[in-house]
Amino acid sequence: MNYNWNWGIYWQQSPEGTGTYAMLLLSGLQWTIITALCAWVIALAIGSAVGVMRTLPSKWANRFAGAWIELFRNIPILVQLFLWFFVLPELLPKTMGTALKQLPNAPFYIAVVGLGFATSARVAVQVAAGVKALPRGQTMAGYALGLSTAQTYQHVLLPMAFRIVLPPLTSEFLNLIKNTSVALTIGLLELTFRARTMQEYSFQVFEAFTAATVLYLILNVLVVFGARALERSVSVPGYMGGGK
Amino acid sequence: MDIIISFLGFFVSLIVSILQFLIPNFDGDVVNRSWQYLFFEGMRFTLLLTLMATVLGIALGTVIALMRLSGIAPLVWFATGYTTLFRSLPLVLVIFWFYFLLPYIGAWAWGMDRPMTVGAFNSALVTFTLFEAAYFAEIMRAGIQSIPKGQAAAGYALGLNYRQVMTTIVLPQAFRNMLPVLLTQTIVLFQDTSLVYVLALTDFLGAASKVAQRDGRLVEMYLFAAVIYFIVSFSLSLLVKRLQDRVAIIR
Repeated sequence: MNYNWNWGIYWQQSPEGTGTYAMLLLSGLQWTIITALCAWVIALAIGSAVGVMRTLPSKWANRFAGAWIELFRNIPILVQLFLWFFVLPELLPKTMGTALKQLPNAPFYIAVVGLGFATSARVAVQVAAGVKALPRGQTMAGYALGLSTAQTYQHVLLPMAFRIVLPPLTSEFLNLIKNTSVALTIGLLELTFRARTMQEYSFQVFEAFTAATVLYLILNVLVVFGARALERSVSVPGYMGGGK
Repeated sequence: MDIIISFLGFFVSLIVSILQFLIPNFDGDVVNRSWQYLFFEGMRFTLLLTLMATVLGIALGTVIALMRLSGIAPLVWFATGYTTLFRSLPLVLVIFWFYFLLPYIGAWAWGMDRPMTVGAFNSALVTFTLFEAAYFAEIMRAGIQSIPKGQAAAGYALGLNYRQVMTTIVLPQAFRNMLPVLLTQTIVLFQDTSLVYVLALTDFLGAASKVAQRDGRLVEMYLFAAVIYFIVSFSLSLLVKRLQDRVAIIR
């Protein structure tokens, strides 16, 4: 075995001239977090809407939601990102396509939209499951009080449904963080990409990947703890570990 | 074989005509020229990797699940650490890890003084087996825990040992109960194999991408690849849904 370990590598300057290798990795981590958060906003917004549609009495809303979920769940995320990045600009009208290609930070925006849409299907499945998990009586009680369908969802069903699906949504968010690494294929400078950069510059492959691994683990732990705190703070007394 | 080729050919030309109908300047010719390469090189790799990693991953995952439930502290720690570690890392990073690590592990295991040449397929197979084993382990753990304790106790009361209780009573039922979930994970694995693209291997997506770049036909090849991935995953998930209904009725 002739691998030369050099754990001091993190404090050496990277050839990019923007600081040490540690800074290089941390800037990657930053992009990972920003991309995941922005994509999560899209995923949560679309996913909630589609998930609610899946539970509505309307047949067409139901079919649309079903089609949405199947479409985005059955194509690999890498292929979805390629469709957004390489294919979409060619299919749009010429001026729009060119504008999209020349967008500064295009990989970031594409990653946010692509991952957001892909994750929205998974969020929709969870939200629909949460609404369906509520007793039928709750919807009926809403109607009996004279609430409209929209009001029943807003005031009765969704507040409870979101509390129920908080744990599965947390794991979807963790999946999303991990999936941001797929966007390195379209040139997003996230953590795994930066670990690769460091490996290519310094040849210290295992140090680079170890650092990335540790950073991903820390990020995971932080999200899990944050989610637990959130679950506790929104828990309803008498329901699902809400105490008293 | 000829029947398969002509059936696939018909199927491909159907997809191409639909895409041509939807997108006016879609170049169907590039697909017609390359689909045999995509399926017999690319899809063969993808399916072989998916199947082998599933079988090996379920086997290893079951062992890890048994360790996790064994009650023997070091085994429990190892199994918990293993599943937690792999489940918190992105697959892309794990693919890179093993791509660089395996030659060194191989050299160490066989006592060579130079890093070993592992080969692209073997590297991918080891990566996906070890990675998916963590996910299969969690599924199998749930499956084993879903079997009432009384059944294992009854087995021990009959004089069976641990191995006999597991192989003849608990595991067969656990597999059966978890079959839909295991298959769903296999569909995820099928989609995940597309990530070997980062190592420039020729899986289905890799093959499509190579043709796309050679002929400058990104739109055609990536759309075609997306359609094929969708059809395969969607029909498999329909099958799983039917299976789930049947298992649910029997129980």
